[in-house]
Amino acid sequence: MAGLMRSVFPGEKVARAVLPRLEFGLFADEITAAVAAGCRISALFGLPSDGGAELVAVLADPASGDLRIATSTIGDSFPALTPRVPQAHLFEREVAEQCLVTPVGHPWLKPVRFAPSLRPAAGAAAAPPAIGIAEFFAVAGEEVHEVAVGPVHAGVIEPGHFRFQCHGERVFHLEISLGYQHRGIERALVAGDARRALHLVETASGDTTIGHATAFCEVIESLSATAVPPRAEVIRAIALELERLANHVGDLGALAGDVAFLPTASFCGRLRGEVLNLTALLCGNRFGRSLVRPGGVGFDLDSGRATELLARLEAAMRDVRQAVEMMFDSPSVQSRFEGTGVLTPAQAVEIGLVGVAARACGLERDARMEFPGGAYRFAQVPVSTADSGDVLARALVRWLELQRSAAFIREQVATLPAGPVLAAPGALAGDSLAVSLVEGWRGEICHVAMTDGEGRLGRVKIVDPSFHNWFGVALAMRGGEIADFPVCNKSFNLSYCGFDL
Amino acid sequence: MLKALLSRAHQGHRTIGYPHAEPVLPDRFRGLPELHPERCPERCQACAEACPTGAIALKDGMALDLGRCLFCTDCIAACPAGAIAFSGDFRLAVRARQDLVLSHETLHRAEALDRRSRRLFGHSLRLRQVSAGGCNGCEADANVLGTITWDMARFGISFVASPRHADGVLVTGPVSENMREALLATWEAIPAPRLVIASGACAISGGPFAGHPEVHDGVSQFLPVDLFVPGCPPHPLTLLDGLLRLLGRIEDGER
Repeated sequence: MAGLMRSVFPGEKVARAVLPRLEFGLFADEITAAVAAGCRISALFGLPSDGGAELVAVLADPASGDLRIATSTIGDSFPALTPRVPQAHLFEREVAEQCLVTPVGHPWLKPVRFAPSLRPAAGAAAAPPAIGIAEFFAVAGEEVHEVAVGPVHAGVIEPGHFRFQCHGERVFHLEISLGYQHRGIERALVAGDARRALHLVETASGDTTIGHATAFCEVIESLSATAVPPRAEVIRAIALELERLANHVGDLGALAGDVAFLPTASFCGRLRGEVLNLTALLCGNRFGRSLVRPGGVGFDLDSGRATELLARLEAAMRDVRQAVEMMFDSPSVQSRFEGTGVLTPAQAVEIGLVGVAARACGLERDARMEFPGGAYRFAQVPVSTADSGDVLARALVRWLELQRSAAFIREQVATLPAGPVLAAPGALAGDSLAVSLVEGWRGEICHVAMTDGEGRLGRVKIVDPSFHNWFGVALAMRGGEIADFPVCNKSFNLSYCGFDL
Repeated sequence: MLKALLSRAHQGHRTIGYPHAEPVLPDRFRGLPELHPERCPERCQACAEACPTGAIALKDGMALDLGRCLFCTDCIAACPAGAIAFSGDFRLAVRARQDLVLSHETLHRAEALDRRSRRLFGHSLRLRQVSAGGCNGCEADANVLGTITWDMARFGISFVASPRHADGVLVTGPVSENMREALLATWEAIPAPRLVIASGACAISGGPFAGHPEVHDGVSQFLPVDLFVPGCPPHPLTLLDGLLRLLGRIEDGER
């Protein structure tokens, strides 16, 4: 049931000329049919031109493990897809902002990042509206009130604006307005200094350095036909799982903190650092900066280091188990986690949820299993799911993943292939496209790179899992209590800068 | 309750000894760069050309701007002669922007605040953290100073929610245009006298985003900075060491 779209494997280089160019009506029908048949939108973006844009859709088909790609050339406006395919909602808003085109009939068309457009020579039209100045969905009625939070929040976290429509403690609606962290990464990856490319990607969402760097390097390696040494692929996977471990440990601690269960909050605060220090053991930096490079990795895992890594991982995991089990055993924690911030599986499918949040709704969505790249082609991590869709489920999925990531690291370190860790990447093929999907700790990271005729990057699209999932936070709060917002938000723990780019 | 007590015994006391005891850092830790311009081949510009942020200047010797340095390994990989290496020295914070430009002399580390400021802040420093385009690397490694490992509260330092309760602002990120107004409003809300700490390459110079029209290349464009903490991101120890020096808790020569 490939339809009119081109089937491509993640990591496969395709010539742009062979991508189907569909008339927009057909393009929209194909996407609608594919999503109805179980595909999800991994990326939907535009290449701006003077008169409009070229749209590119990348759908992920978990049944076959391949991607469906098609393009469509549009003028200044096009009929919005969102009324038919709700998960296109933010993608179409982004297309409108980046390409200055209008999806007609979009139910909630407003800026995504309050960012300048990518359209060349757009002149005055390119100036974005002032940040946060937009219409917000409002509920009217006696005793209905509005609560506005941010951009600067109470804790040491990134900025974003949250607008609640409340009746007493009860939340009717939450609208999330971001863009405060916009740094122009996609624009600079094409127009900026090529020496900075990897550093921009590493800081797209700095807590996901390994995830984003791996996704970017995979598309570069596809476009340049570079064979990554097996040892490097395994080291990347070990680093990706360490990143997951560190963040999941930190999140479980923070969830405990948000329901005032302080022992686990304190213990996990320390233990997260122990795992970050394992990444530093590998490459010198707690976030894995400069580890993943096009062609492989910049640091080898020698046997002495591997032994130390495993010993310290064991010690940390022992303490994590004790801290986490104590939390799950506590009735006061259970009662605060259970039934809080519920998303149904149907909602998760409809909005295209990914990662921990999707798996907590019982969906077996995990790029490591569905669209494996690198070392995951040869070694699988079982998919961890829970089915209640609430804060408890999202905490449980993290705990399951922690244990499976640790087991995976043990196994991979023990069977590390011999050989070099870095191959020299060649030149990029011209007029080509490549897509990579990496399961970062938050969920699916999608990078799409397209080259021009000379083999230069002509467009790079980065989709952080947060782009799919922020809307899930808003839905999860409906009907909930406003005081549950911190723990609910933390149970997703999404990225602001990864969304804002 | 018993479980909580037993787990407390199991988890143990974990606060590091710094500044009284030397911390243990990984052998690959990338701290203060060591420059050996005498090893440079004639007319070689390899490191300067490889640097993603233009942190290295090779004119009458070698100068490396720690405020721009991402502590990546691009210069080391490009150098044919081993003229640049990273040492394990994590003590990098300075008081003046120009002190971050490293040549062969030793780094002029941060000096303590004047007597009056030390009387005000020396035993109790409350900071409001503002991420203005930060990537959550600097933010995360500032936040950990509140965990039991680092426990900066033992020095009277803590992060607070309200700028009204704060003695200063710790800024991370290059100051995105979209955060400029919120950052300045936060600063305005802090009662004077107040401190500004720029943590990380972005907040000092714009980092990898320097020159982007979407950002402002660091907080110095808008506010007077009292402490510059280099790194990408700075190690928690680097930040803690900088704060303690600022408050006069560590003097150079002592450590």
